[in-house]
Amino acid sequence: MSFLSGLLRFRAPAELPCQQVVEMVTDYLEGAMSAADRRRLDHHLDGCPGCTEYLAQIRETIRLAGRVTPDDLTPEMRTELTDLYRRWRNEG
Amino acid sequence: MDADATLLARLRDGDEQAFTDLVERYHSPMLRLALSFVSSQAVAEEVVQDTWLAVLRGLGRFEERSSLRTWLFTILVNRARSTGVREARTVPVADAGPVVDASRFGPNGAWAVPPEHWAEDAENRVDAAKLSGLLRGGLDGLPVRQRDVVLLRDVEGMSSAEVCQVLAISEANQRVLLHRGRSKLRQVLESELGGGPR
Repeated sequence: MSFLSGLLRFRAPAELPCQQVVEMVTDYLEGAMSAADRRRLDHHLDGCPGCTEYLAQIRETIRLAGRVTPDDLTPEMRTELTDLYRRWRNEG
Repeated sequence: MDADATLLARLRDGDEQAFTDLVERYHSPMLRLALSFVSSQAVAEEVVQDTWLAVLRGLGRFEERSSLRTWLFTILVNRARSTGVREARTVPVADAGPVVDASRFGPNGAWAVPPEHWAEDAENRVDAAKLSGLLRGGLDGLPVRQRDVVLLRDVEGMSSAEVCQVLAISEANQRVLLHRGRSKLRQVLESELGGGPR
């Protein structure tokens, strides 16, 4: 290892601006990030309540979206689909 | 046997109730998805009906290499897409720009107007029906491809691999659409729960 690469390796990572963090949250949650970027982001989150809250809000958004239930079918749709099923049964 | 296998066996046995259960569960998300490829509710309904018929006719050939749900949605998207192409419907290109307004940050990129705290508290502050209504409205307001991805991933709970298969998009593309869509839904919640521009 050269002297220079040794120096670079131990250099503190550049500070990540919050504005960049909000663009990285999906890659972070999806596990689509290099280990180095992940460490940088974790390090930033440790010291940044704003970004920590932002990430928690994205997680909460995902959780609440999972609670959205499908719309009810109209009675007409139900009838049409039952008819469709019975037509198919009679095809066979 | 898992739930899918049980349902499939009942369908193959000609159990009408099994079909009704499947329809109650998937008809409305399928309709939503179809709508983002075709020009009208009427055409979307036709596409979904055609899909159900194709599903019934294909039951004997379905080899369970994917889940029943993935198979349903894949048939739907293929039909909706080809119908959309026949209608020469063009899909707007993805929007660009930051997911959080630049005015929220200072010149050094740090928060100037940080998010207010509500992440663990949303359901205590706003009742479930209202939250659900907000999210439905938010989903409807998303550009169609973002809506498709968020609907399948976060509302339906599919994996990224399933979503990529159904929509025939790459993992990277899926992530970009998911990122933009989720960020906008968060904003919708924020405008109700506090923080950011009113």
